Amino acid sequence: MITALAIMALGAIVLGAALGYASIRFKVEGDPLVEKIDAILPQTQCGQCGYPGCKPYATAISAGEADINLCPPGGMDGVRKLADLLGREVKPLEAEEKPKQIAIIDEQTCIGCTLCIQACPVDAIVGAAKQMHTIIEPLCTGCELCVKPCPVECISMQPIAENIDNWKWKYPVFEIKRAA
Amino acid sequence: MLAQLFRFKGGVKPQTNKAISVQQPIGQAPLPARLFVPLHQSIGGAPNPLVQAGDTVRKGQLIGGADAWVSAAVHAPTSGRVLAVEPHVAAHPSGLPTLCVVIEPDGRDEWIERRPVDHRSLAPERVRELLRDAGVVGLGGAAFPSHAKLTPARAVAMEHLVINGAECEPFMTCDDVLMRERADEIVRGIAIFRELLSAREVLIGIEDNKPAAIAAMQEAVLRLAPDYRVVAVPTLYPAGGAKQLIRVLTGKEVPASRRSTELGVQCFNVATVYTAYRALTHGEPVLSRIVTLTGNVEQPRNWEVSLGTPMREVVALARPRADSSSFLMGGPMMGFEIPDLDAPVVKATNCIIAGSPGLFPPPPPEMPCIRCGACAEVCPHELQPFELYWFARARNFGKTQEYYIFDCIECGCCSYVCPSHIPLVQYFRFAKSEIWAREREKQAADAAKERFELRNARAEREQAEKAERLARAASARTSEKKAPPEAAPAADHPPAAAGEAATTASEAEAAKKAAIAAAIERARLQRESAQPRNTERLSAGQQREIAAVEARRAARSTADTTAMSATTGTAATTDPAGAAVAPAGSQRDE
Repeated sequence: MITALAIMALGAIVLGAALGYASIRFKVEGDPLVEKIDAILPQTQCGQCGYPGCKPYATAISAGEADINLCPPGGMDGVRKLADLLGREVKPLEAEEKPKQIAIIDEQTCIGCTLCIQACPVDAIVGAAKQMHTIIEPLCTGCELCVKPCPVECISMQPIAENIDNWKWKYPVFEIKRAA
Repeated sequence: MLAQLFRFKGGVKPQTNKAISVQQPIGQAPLPARLFVPLHQSIGGAPNPLVQAGDTVRKGQLIGGADAWVSAAVHAPTSGRVLAVEPHVAAHPSGLPTLCVVIEPDGRDEWIERRPVDHRSLAPERVRELLRDAGVVGLGGAAFPSHAKLTPARAVAMEHLVINGAECEPFMTCDDVLMRERADEIVRGIAIFRELLSAREVLIGIEDNKPAAIAAMQEAVLRLAPDYRVVAVPTLYPAGGAKQLIRVLTGKEVPASRRSTELGVQCFNVATVYTAYRALTHGEPVLSRIVTLTGNVEQPRNWEVSLGTPMREVVALARPRADSSSFLMGGPMMGFEIPDLDAPVVKATNCIIAGSPGLFPPPPPEMPCIRCGACAEVCPHELQPFELYWFARARNFGKTQEYYIFDCIECGCCSYVCPSHIPLVQYFRFAKSEIWAREREKQAADAAKERFELRNARAEREQAEKAERLARAASARTSEKKAPPEAAPAADHPPAAAGEAATTASEAEAAKKAAIAAAIERARLQRESAQPRNTERLSAGQQREIAAVEARRAARSTADTTAMSATTGTAATTDPAGAAVAPAGSQRDE
């Protein structure tokens, strides 16, 4: 009886120690779910979801505070992926889906106020005070955050045109002909 | 010596239709009125234009320099004048424009100074560079820069050099006639490649439906390099695929997503070898290629066409019949319909086929997949096209990758045998380009995220620095003020009357006001003490100009405010810098 108790107690102590050690040794830094959600989001950092960036939105989704259909740049595709990951239902997007765009500065009108540079979340605008600014096109995520601060309204959003490098084969579609 | 041949799995035997275009020797296509030479003709980086509108160029002059290791140079196909460097429709299924150098030939066809080299006297790296700068790319249709394939693997000795003369696509005969007419040059070119790779054995694979080409090559090999082996391989589409030909000739199977170099084999097209020989031994870069014109035409034949010639003019040489409705670039199995005949001939244009409703009837309607497995039986890469189709159709791209969609060479065997007439290859192309697009987007998103995080870190750092600065300034002020307040409490405490609270409040207010006034004064002093940045080292003329402006301003202010005129006027004249400093100073504060 005593030996049985002692063996059980010893087992409990050993296993408890092992678990305690494992919880320290293999501690996961941060929330892995947030990282996974963040990887799906398009990283435009546009704030159209109502959160100040993609990571805060991902955190809010993982905490169950935000819905999965608030990200217009991600589109329906993004909603579908989030629904897949989180086991939630696919919902239609809150806002309308837009084609991918980039910002263009009209360099004739620009007065060099640096307000757009301060607004750009990804440092895609170059320029200095009282110098003309311009957008580094490959880095622009099309978040539109620079459009509003511009005091002379010289920034416009333009959809990215199809060119030979981003051209895609289309989904095969066949005309259905009426039989006789 | 009878070599043992191997078999690759699958394959189909479509009607070859090759005989019609080999009746005549290679013709020299006339120069067109205008050449549109695309700068990006190979896989890899897009060469940078080296000429401008108005420049005169000579035949063989470099007009586009390779911008990366995997990239190939582009040259002027003839002498003439550059009219423009502008976008022009590309030889691409999209029909979208690409940057082209437009050249108006002057008809003299003047060469630049050609510098033949002996590859044996140069280091292999130098030879590879020369090949890149001569624009030598795979002319079988893929247009992969050849010099990038000419580096032997470090770990594995190069066992076999496979020369691809199989030409398995129906209708196409450009390699066939090249081997018939220019076998000697091909064999000499092989020697260069063999030395670069230090390959032990050379195998030249030619499909057995080209007896004339086999005979010509055998004759040349016997004369020039008797240890090469010319091997007739059974006619079976797609025996001309690099991995298939390697399998047939050496029995080695190149695993998925690995290169044949790792197995000690490398494969080149005969036309590529020929151009490499011309480039090194004659100093002639790739300026033209042999194009088969066939199909629904009166005069099917092979023509040597200058790169950049609009396809419309090339097609006219073969006199297409009136009912020709479409034109294919490449063969009927792997080619694509040319969206616009203004597109120029490029290094990848091996064949142009005129199609008519009789020759290529419109495909019957697609019917449901019955999962018969016929496609899997003919797939030369042992994939399961019916599964790939299923997932590509459902846009489940992750699954298509699990079924190895990127091993698909788009040979078209599956579509060819499908009893339900499903255009399987189109689904696979769609899925592949979607996957690539997503990959690009993912990379862009990752880069954006990194930049965003860097920016946030920078903002935080700046904020911390500013807070630290403020704290330091505040502590300096408090230590400064420590001395006077010592007397104040002594004076404050004795009058402990009823209106004590009111008086302390008003005193505090007065102190605050004094502090604000002091701050304003400090700012003014700072402004005044700051030196203007752009008024140093002025010339006498500039100084006179400034003085005139100041005088004008002073005069105006006197007229406006007569009472204050004296003070402001003197201030403006005595301290001309004051006005100019203010905006600069305020900006620096930000």
